[in-house]
Amino acid sequence: MLQGKKVIAIGERDGVPGPVIAECLGGAGLEVVFQVTECFV
Amino acid sequence: MSDSSKAVRVGIEGVFYSLTHVPDLVRYGSKPSREIRAHPQLSEELKKRLRPFPEATAYAPHQVYIGNITPEELSGLPKPWYEKLIEGAGMQGRFGDLVDQDHFYSLLAGSDQFDLVTLEEKWFQDHGVKHTNGRAPRLRSLAEVQMLCDKGAFSLYSGDTLVGAFEAGHAEDTNLTEEVLLENLAAKVTAAHSLRALLKQLQMNPGDVDYVISCSEEAIGDRYNRGGGNLAKAIAEDVGCENASGSDTKAFCAGPMYAMVHGASLIQSGVCRNVAVVAGGSLAKLGMKFESHLKKGMPVLEDVLGSFAVILRAAESNEPCVRLDSAAFHPVRGGASPQAMAEFLAEKPLAKLGMKLTDVDRYAVELHNPEITLPSGSGDVPRTNYLTLAALAVMRGQIQKNQMEDFVRSRGMIGYAPTQGHIPSAIVYLGHAMDALRNGKISNAMFIAKGSLFLGRMTQLSDGCSFLVERNEN
Repeated sequence: MLQGKKVIAIGERDGVPGPVIAECLGGAGLEVVFQVTECFV
Repeated sequence: MSDSSKAVRVGIEGVFYSLTHVPDLVRYGSKPSREIRAHPQLSEELKKRLRPFPEATAYAPHQVYIGNITPEELSGLPKPWYEKLIEGAGMQGRFGDLVDQDHFYSLLAGSDQFDLVTLEEKWFQDHGVKHTNGRAPRLRSLAEVQMLCDKGAFSLYSGDTLVGAFEAGHAEDTNLTEEVLLENLAAKVTAAHSLRALLKQLQMNPGDVDYVISCSEEAIGDRYNRGGGNLAKAIAEDVGCENASGSDTKAFCAGPMYAMVHGASLIQSGVCRNVAVVAGGSLAKLGMKFESHLKKGMPVLEDVLGSFAVILRAAESNEPCVRLDSAAFHPVRGGASPQAMAEFLAEKPLAKLGMKLTDVDRYAVELHNPEITLPSGSGDVPRTNYLTLAALAVMRGQIQKNQMEDFVRSRGMIGYAPTQGHIPSAIVYLGHAMDALRNGKISNAMFIAKGSLFLGRMTQLSDGCSFLVERNEN
């Protein structure tokens, strides 16, 4: 169902970083068009 | 437990924390200035939700910051803290103070060596002159101040009253605009205030400071050397540390931890006898979450500039010290996940000393005030960090899963620092840690700070630094 879907991954410093989300989603067949880690404090 | 006889310890002579309340500069914070530019009506909404100085003083987290209330006591106080103000709260704390905006404007003018600041003469005589420090301020009539603002200078307000102007340092250089220079000068004067107050408290001659390390979050320099730095030496000069030089240590929010390790190393190596580690406030972060606060009908809580100063020297018997041999850095190979951070900054350095996660009495982590962060959906940052440490302790078989909450409660604390980046990152607890070590409530505390290197777009990496603080048993 998720194969080939495009996704933007926004990670968080004190949570899950962007590259980790991207790796998981990429492995599940999604296309990560942009990933970033932000710090909300 | 650790082998204490081989410990490498450097003394912490004293620490001072200050909060400078600058409600009328919140508009110049990065987020408010961008949002007000896009939605000018926000300016009036923001003004209505700014706190007067007595409310900022009586705000319980601020009283914790300056040492009048312990973090443990704060967790038992009724919420919301911004409504349940502390009766009789004063601006002087056991190891800190609160500074009002009038005082700050006077400090700003007194530290300005380039005619950036102009104050309205009548306002200065009525409100500023009593705080005079350093250079005589440039005073002008209200009409002349207004003219400077009309030409592009930043307006300095006290409520609705125009009281001054802040000009750019160069007509073309984008690194010397009024926005950048106000941020830099604010960092300088707030750090200098904390160091001056600390030296006074310790009855220490400024001339006895050998070296100043600044870990503030500004970037000083012109177009050819953006971020060139050495705010430390400017602070040393401002405070009268005439025999000192200095340098800056930068690592985003983890800067203060690195600065402490570098400072302690200068002492341990014999290069210096007294080192001051200082940081000024971050003007850019004022009002960072103001929209959420407005939506919730709260006061805008990010209205203070945080600063601190620490004096390091050789360890004395029974006094609090940095355990230099416990210092740990997050390596490039470490990975960015919170678990990897906890492994490299807590588990591994403790294991090196023969200690477990449960051998630490108190952890100081990212101690952001949750009353500021929760309304914007940023979560309770300290609690998240404590749960990560507790989960690691479970994974290593040091506690049971059903003991995680107890781990968080007994070895953690509630956040109380304003969202000033480097200020909440562990270092804010040092004053309370020294008290708790001296009165025997704890035998050690581990300080763990993280830095968001990825924000600068040079690497995807995070960073971090940690060390133990304990009494010198030698």
